[in-house]
Amino acid sequence: MAVIRDVMPAFELFQPATIDDALNLLDKHGSEAWVMAGGLDSFDWLKDRIKRPSVVVDLSQIKELTGVKEWNGGIEIGAMTTLTDVVRNPIVKEKFSILATGAESAASPQIRNQGTIGGNVSQDTRCWYYRSGWKCYRAGGNTCFADTPTAINREHAIMGASRCVAVNPSDSAPALIALDAKMVIRNKSGERVVDAENYFIGPALDIRRMTVLLPGDLLVAIRIPSTWAGAKFYFEKVRDRPVWDFPLVNIAAAMKVNGDNIESIRMAVNGVAAHPVRLTAVEASLVGKPRNAASADAAGQLAIQGAEPLRHNGYKVPLLRNLVKRAIRGVEEAKWA
Amino acid sequence: MGIIEFAKSPWGQDVPIHIFFYLIYVAVIAGLTFFIGHVIWLRYFAKKEEFADSTPPGEVAKLPAEIKRHSLPARLFHWVQAGAMLTLLFSAFLPKVGVRFEWLQWHWIAGVVLTVSIVFHIIHASFFMNFWSIWPDKIDIEDAGRRWKRSQGEKAPAPRRFGKYPMENKMYHLAIVLAGLSVTLTGFFMLFRIRTPLFTRNSYMFGDMTNGLMYTLHGLAGVGLIALIMIHVYFALRPEKLKISRSMVYGTIKREHYAEHHDPKRWVAEAE
Repeated sequence: MAVIRDVMPAFELFQPATIDDALNLLDKHGSEAWVMAGGLDSFDWLKDRIKRPSVVVDLSQIKELTGVKEWNGGIEIGAMTTLTDVVRNPIVKEKFSILATGAESAASPQIRNQGTIGGNVSQDTRCWYYRSGWKCYRAGGNTCFADTPTAINREHAIMGASRCVAVNPSDSAPALIALDAKMVIRNKSGERVVDAENYFIGPALDIRRMTVLLPGDLLVAIRIPSTWAGAKFYFEKVRDRPVWDFPLVNIAAAMKVNGDNIESIRMAVNGVAAHPVRLTAVEASLVGKPRNAASADAAGQLAIQGAEPLRHNGYKVPLLRNLVKRAIRGVEEAKWA
Repeated sequence: MGIIEFAKSPWGQDVPIHIFFYLIYVAVIAGLTFFIGHVIWLRYFAKKEEFADSTPPGEVAKLPAEIKRHSLPARLFHWVQAGAMLTLLFSAFLPKVGVRFEWLQWHWIAGVVLTVSIVFHIIHASFFMNFWSIWPDKIDIEDAGRRWKRSQGEKAPAPRRFGKYPMENKMYHLAIVLAGLSVTLTGFFMLFRIRTPLFTRNSYMFGDMTNGLMYTLHGLAGVGLIALIMIHVYFALRPEKLKISRSMVYGTIKREHYAEHHDPKRWVAEAE
């Protein structure tokens, strides 16, 4: 099926210099246009000839889309800011270190130098059946090849499946949800701001997409309000190869404590569903509770309610449960928060 | 562009996967074209309805003022089926035209309701109603020929009055039976491919070709139902049909309408 070729297929390449130019192009070419950020997701699709857009809009020349600036006490990150720049930004490190940790856990230094925060949150799933060109549900077919009794589905979803069991691979996404980030989306009609937790969608809502972005839409910035600046953070990513891999499961938590009690908390996980999952029930159960083993155990159990593992990914259930427990109990000890 | 979309199966075979979804628009355009054609036909070409015989006024006066046409269970079935069918169509096709919502749950639940209502209808119609009254018979076919000849200016005897259902009702019912059973039967087996509380999911029940054909038939019957339901609603709302349409609410038609259009020998009048 998928044959990696060295040569790019033919398409019309546009490299707009402004957001307005990009929006005009996206409006003109609609669903024929492929939006390319760092290219790390795009090049696989294009070289494998699995996706065959006639038009590629490369955003790399749009300076307005890069950089981190202060915004209402929080920060606004341009969608084309590289992961390395996010990680190294002093404000991010000081106030929102969970994002720096999450972004730094993505891929390798070389990839983080090229990959962007906008691309990281908007990338497609890594399900190999889908990426190999099988005509699965997500590709417009009528079968999920990963959800059959003989499928290789160790990395797939344990919850939120609706025909498709692929998972979202982003490492920065759960951190952004924990920070209550806002995604700024523009198209020719104007601008809309979507909460990070609503930016990602599952197959029940639209099996062909991972985010709310439609043809003509462009993610231009990510705003992080000051609400959780300096809170206690926890981020952990579990992967097969610590040096460079997509997450099996990752977790991000932002917590405010009052004495020994949890005053408020936001927690999100990725790698368990087609979209990053904010654990609202867990959050609600923890507010006002002491940050102790009993609370953590109860939260861990609550987090896995409704999990439906496939044949080869049952390990994700205890993994998720234990990551939730660690996120609650291990905040003080987590060396990288 | 075609009718059926094909894909390569893991074994390298070309298998159908579903219909091309532009057929949604084809069905809607077909329905609208029918409306326009029918209005033009009625306005410029249709002749006045004529029947070979009539009930004498004295006999009409002896009939109940309201003649029972649809029993309460039959009416309930109709409206349950209508609700389920509309839910199925909207949940199936709105996402295809860009309206995002979690459609699958609505779709399969409405499908189960439709299936149960059809099973009820088959039992009810087979054992508690006059089963054959809705199927075209020899008289219907002969009279359809007579009507056609007369509409073309040829000589032919006037058609007889209808039984309980006019020929177009019977033909519509036949089309709905074919399309409805196609979506229901294929939908039933498609239920096994998704997660529901009803069955253990089994994606290997059929091979890729059979699955593809099932999705294709499901889609074809589904888009066919778009046009059929548009036509149904159009006729139900036409002024001259409102007397019949009201019987699906109240259960009865007026005796004058009955006497003019229906043959008492083929459909014996009963009071509500």
